[in-house]
Amino acid sequence: MTISNLFRIAFKALNNNKMRGFLTMLGIIIGVASVITMLAIGQGSKKSIQKEISEMGSNMIMIHPGGDMRGGVRLSADDMESLKLEDYNSIIGKCRYVSYVSPCVNAAGQLIYGANNTPTTVYGIAPDYMEIRKYKVEDGMMFSEQDIKTAAKVCLVGKTVVDELFSDGENPLGKVIRFNKIPFRIIGVLESKGYNSMGMDQDDLIIAPYTTVQKRILAITHLQEIICSAVSESFTEEAVDELTALLRTNHRISGNEEDDFDIRSQQELSSMMTSTTDMMTILLAAVAGISLLVGGIGIMNIMYVSVTERTREIGLRMSIGAKGIDILAQFLNESILISVTGGLIGVLLGVGSAIVVNKIFLYPIYIQSWSVILSFAVCTVTGIFFGWYPARKAASLDPIEAIRYE
Amino acid sequence: MKDIIRLEKICRDFYVGGETVHALRDVSFTIREGEFVTIMGTSGSGKSTLLNTLGCLDTPTSGEYYLDGTAVRNMGKNERAVLRNRKIGFVFQNYNLLPKTTAVENVELPLLYNKKYNAAERRELAVKALVAVGLGDRLDHKSNQMSGGQMQRVAIARALVNEPAVILADEATGNLDTRTSYEILVLFQKLFREGRTIIFVTHNPDISKYSSRTIRLSDGRVVSDVENNRICNAADDLAALPVNND
Repeated sequence: MTISNLFRIAFKALNNNKMRGFLTMLGIIIGVASVITMLAIGQGSKKSIQKEISEMGSNMIMIHPGGDMRGGVRLSADDMESLKLEDYNSIIGKCRYVSYVSPCVNAAGQLIYGANNTPTTVYGIAPDYMEIRKYKVEDGMMFSEQDIKTAAKVCLVGKTVVDELFSDGENPLGKVIRFNKIPFRIIGVLESKGYNSMGMDQDDLIIAPYTTVQKRILAITHLQEIICSAVSESFTEEAVDELTALLRTNHRISGNEEDDFDIRSQQELSSMMTSTTDMMTILLAAVAGISLLVGGIGIMNIMYVSVTERTREIGLRMSIGAKGIDILAQFLNESILISVTGGLIGVLLGVGSAIVVNKIFLYPIYIQSWSVILSFAVCTVTGIFFGWYPARKAASLDPIEAIRYE
Repeated sequence: MKDIIRLEKICRDFYVGGETVHALRDVSFTIREGEFVTIMGTSGSGKSTLLNTLGCLDTPTSGEYYLDGTAVRNMGKNERAVLRNRKIGFVFQNYNLLPKTTAVENVELPLLYNKKYNAAERRELAVKALVAVGLGDRLDHKSNQMSGGQMQRVAIARALVNEPAVILADEATGNLDTRTSYEILVLFQKLFREGRTIIFVTHNPDISKYSSRTIRLSDGRVVSDVENNRICNAADDLAALPVNND
C-alpha cells in the first residue's frame, strides 16, 4: 500500500461522508482558528503596550523619596523630604550611565486666562525633562538656564490646556495666564502626545522651571522626584545601581540600612505590564487549546463510528490480503487528513479573523509565525493521537468476525 | 495435476465457556488443480470453520495444511495476509463490495495490497477480469447501481484478478434468485473449464451436481467424498427455466 493510495482511499472515504467529515473538521477548524486569533490579539496588545512604554521613554528612571519609620510609624513617601537639590546636582556630575537628569516638582491648581479656567498640574522641571519624557516644543521655545536661576515666571503649555483656555483660537504665545494667582507668561506650546496606556492625558499640563515651582508655588526646598534616563535601555540596570550607590552615599546610609528613596525604572514597569498581557495571552491560548482538544475528541469519536460502520469493509480488506498495518495506516491517514485539512482551513480562518478584528474593531494584532506553525503542528499531532486508538481497534479486528459483521 | 490443497488430520477446537467444542475432527483431503469441489454440510457441521481454515483466515489447532505447497499452520498473521493476497480469491454470500465505489475500483482492491502492480497495471488487470465475468460494459458503474447478480460478478472478478491458486466461494448464490443463481453457476462452470480450482461451500444440495466432486461434512468430520462423473451443464438448466421464474 503506497502513500498515494492511502491518501486516495482516505479522500474517498471522506468524500463518501462529506457532511460528517466537514463537521468533524469544524472542531479542528474552530480550535486552530481560535488559537491563532487569540494569540494574535494577545501578542498585539503586548506589542502596543511595549510601544507606548518605549514612547514614554523606555530608558526612563524615576527616583522618589522612600517611606521611612519614625518612632515605629511608617510615614507616607510623599511627606518625606529626602531628595535634595544636591542629589540632583551630584547625579549630573557623577553618574556615567545616566545621560539626562531633571528634578521634578509639581503642583495642582486652577489655571485662569480671561474668562476661562481649567484645573491642571504644573510641572517644575529642568530642560532635560523634555528629552527624558520625549516631549517636543511645537511652537515658541524652551526656557533657559537663566530662567531657572532667576525662577522666572515663564511656562510651556500642553495642547489640552491650550484648548481649554484659548477656545476661540487665539495664539497662546506671549499671553499671561494665572496659576493659583501667580502670573506665568507662555513662551511655548508642547507637541501633543495624547493619552498614555494608563489613560492619562499627557497634554493636560504646563511646565515651568523647577525653581519657580519650588519657590513661588510650593515654597519648598526639597524635590518631589528626580527623573533621569539611562544612556540606553540596556544600561538601565547599571544606571539604577549607580544611582542607588550615589544616593546612599549622599544620604549617609550605610550597611543594611533601608534606602530613604525609591528608584524605579521603566523596564520594571514594562515587564510588569507585559506580564499581565502575557498572562492574558496564556489564558486565551489555553481556552483555545481546549477547544482544539475538544475538536480532537470529535475526530476520535467519528473515527470510532467509522470503524464500526466499516467493519465489513475492514474484514474484506483483511481477507483479500490487507495486513493489520495496512488497516492502521488507512484509518490513521484518514484522521490525519481530517485534522490537517481542518488545520489548514483553521490557519486561514484564524489569520483572517485576526485581520478582521484589527480592521473593524481597530484592535492591535500581531501574528507570530510560531503561533501558526505551533497550532498547525498541534492539530496534526491531535489527528495522529486521536486517530490512533480507533485505527488500532480497526487493525486488531478478527477478519473472520469482521467479514460477517451485520 | 499438482495438489493445490492438502489437509492432514486437521482439528480445530474452540473453547467456549470452559467447554471445548470440536469444530473439525481429523479432516484430511487433497484437492488437485482444476477441480470444482463443493463442500456441503448442514449448519453446525463445521463447514464455516473449514472455509476459514482453507482461506488462511484461521489456523488449525492441530494437523497440517499445505496451500499450493506452503505449510500454513505456523504462519503469522501478516504472512497469512500476504498468502491470501497471492493465492486465494474469496467470493462471499453478501458480495462485500465497497459502497459507492466503481466496479473497476472494487476489482483492483486485492492488487492495491501488492506492491508489484502500478496503477496502470491494476486497471488493466481489473478490466480484464471484469470482461471475463461478462461485465465489460459496466466498468464504471458504482456498486450501489448494480443488481445482485452483477454485484456477485464483480466479486468474482475481484477473486480472479490476482490469478489465485484457488477460488473460495462461500454460499456465493445464497442471496440470489433462482435464475441469477444459475447465471452465476454458469460463470463458475466456465471458470472450471478454463482450468481454475474452485471450492464452493454451500448447504444447498442442488449445487453439487454442477461440480466435479462433493465433500460432505457432518459434526466436524468428512462423511463422504465423491467424484461426480456426470457433471450437469448449468447453462442447459438455465435455458430450461421458465421465463417468468421470478
